[in-house]
Amino acid sequence: MAELTEYFRGFAVTFKKLFEPRVTTDYRGGKAKPNQPDEKRQKVERLHGRHVLNRYEDGMEKCIGCELCAGVCPANCIYVRGADNDPDNPVSPGERYGYVYEINYLRCIHCDLCVEACPTQAITETKLFEFSFTNRDDAIYTRDELLVGDDGKPQQLPWEDWREGEDDLTSGWMRATSPSGDHRYEGVVQWKGELGYGVRSAELGQSVEEAQ
Amino acid sequence: MIVAADPLFDGSFGLPELGIVLLKVVIAFAFLLFAVMFNIWFLRKVISDMQNRIGPNLAGPWGILVTLADGIKLFFKEDLVPEKSHRFVFKLAPYLSLIPAFLVFAIVPIGGDFNRADGTAGEVSIFGHDTFLQVADPPVGVLFFLAMSSLAIYGVMLAGWGSGSKYPLLGSVRASAQMVSYEAALGLSIAAVVLVSGTLSMHELVVLQSGQGFNAVVPGWNIFATGFVPFVVFLIAGTAELNHPPFDLVEAEQELVGGFHTEYSSIRFALFFLAEFMNQITMAAIIVTLFLGGPSGPAFFFPAGWWIGLFWFFFKLMLFLFGFVWLRATLPRFRYDQLMDLGWKLLIPLSLMWFLVLAGIQVGRELGWGSVEQTIFVLGFGLVSLVCVALLFLALRSARLRRLADLDQELTEGSVPWRS
Repeated sequence: MAELTEYFRGFAVTFKKLFEPRVTTDYRGGKAKPNQPDEKRQKVERLHGRHVLNRYEDGMEKCIGCELCAGVCPANCIYVRGADNDPDNPVSPGERYGYVYEINYLRCIHCDLCVEACPTQAITETKLFEFSFTNRDDAIYTRDELLVGDDGKPQQLPWEDWREGEDDLTSGWMRATSPSGDHRYEGVVQWKGELGYGVRSAELGQSVEEAQ
Repeated sequence: MIVAADPLFDGSFGLPELGIVLLKVVIAFAFLLFAVMFNIWFLRKVISDMQNRIGPNLAGPWGILVTLADGIKLFFKEDLVPEKSHRFVFKLAPYLSLIPAFLVFAIVPIGGDFNRADGTAGEVSIFGHDTFLQVADPPVGVLFFLAMSSLAIYGVMLAGWGSGSKYPLLGSVRASAQMVSYEAALGLSIAAVVLVSGTLSMHELVVLQSGQGFNAVVPGWNIFATGFVPFVVFLIAGTAELNHPPFDLVEAEQELVGGFHTEYSSIRFALFFLAEFMNQITMAAIIVTLFLGGPSGPAFFFPAGWWIGLFWFFFKLMLFLFGFVWLRATLPRFRYDQLMDLGWKLLIPLSLMWFLVLAGIQVGRELGWGSVEQTIFVLGFGLVSLVCVALLFLALRSARLRRLADLDQELTEGSVPWRS
């Protein structure tokens, strides 16, 4: 008999749900008509989204074309070719720069291993994942598209759905954890800072003791 | 009590009568198509409400045109016929499941004032001709429903077989086994209704259930006259006949891809879904007609006008459509052996037993039994059925014990490879 009442309690549960508020967010991908709601949910600060290629404060590119990111990429989605800098007109400080840099977003799994591997912190990730494209060519982001602008903010490509303030914090992961996951660097900022933003303090709450 | 057949055919059958019949057919056809549109939208909206979602909200106001959008999309998809399929059967099957769904609705009375006592109950006047709000009222209406619901199996079975692929075949084998098993319980609970009311005509069934009912408080519906059990059995067996959750093993996605319609695409696929949702509507209409008095509402509420019949009918229909959605939102799918257990070990014996009780009471009424005889009958029958149930459980228990003993023996002898 108890089984039977349990059985009907299930019906009560689903019926009660009829009167609860909806959890759906009214997201329309930036294509809403006027007076239609179009809101994004709040994303976590360290979300892995599409990449950017960073610059130094003087406008030089950070990428040195070492191909470590391509080597570590488990999805084989990064294609890099380095070239020698022109001594009179260098693209990056040092000898080499990445003159081809392509990421195929049909393959990328946003694991952030490339960000960890990068010796110059040239590649980091934004929080943007609303960049659905209707064309395979748009899936392959080239160096020109990935590079941040002169103000250090990511470029906003036509098919990407950026909202106010979302182009901040393009280095969320770098600030959140210590380099290479080494706990001795806990709380020590090893990050050189983004152009126009400077170095922000490290996020706390990473260590084992604090987590407990 | 003999109620006259559709008064439309009383006099000569001429052009105006033919026109009215055609009009009714067209209206029923159009109504069913719109009802399916509405039903799918209703299902998706209510089930998303039950899951704290919004559901379809883009096509039309409140997303009400979502079915139309789906239909247009499906219509323009590529229509594939698999290489290994039996082409004729493959193309025939969707229509075989669609047409019975349409036909069943033809015998359902959907409106009319059934509270008139002058022998014209349920008649309305269209262009000066008295007729029923019902496409056809065959004297064997209930049997017609049973026949059509059995015919619908052919669509599913031939779709699975004609696809020439294993998952559809498995799905259709499941479907036919399930539908045949539950057809028995369905038929027995209908038999209880027929026994109590003594007619097979749908119109007459509604007439018999109309009026003041018992003590003018409880409506004289068959759900009360047959004592609830046939209603519950019919509801469960009917849900199983529809292959509706929790009985949707036919298209169990996790096991069978899509079940019998795996290989179908485009408009043929749409036809299967049209049939499925149309069957829901017709099944709800049949339940309402058989057990809940159809368009003859509770007589003590606003007892006037022919439109009140329409209102009551659709009100009750909506209750059942909501019930189907509720089932879908709440219950997980049955395992196949549970399905068979429920059908064969519970529903069929139960409905058979109830049928016998009703038959006994009916015989007693005809023989003019007093309360003493009735009490003796009920007690005696209760005793006999108790013994039967006990015997059934004893059989099940001993079979189970024997199975366990066999397994134990196998395990100790080491004949089972994973134990040795």
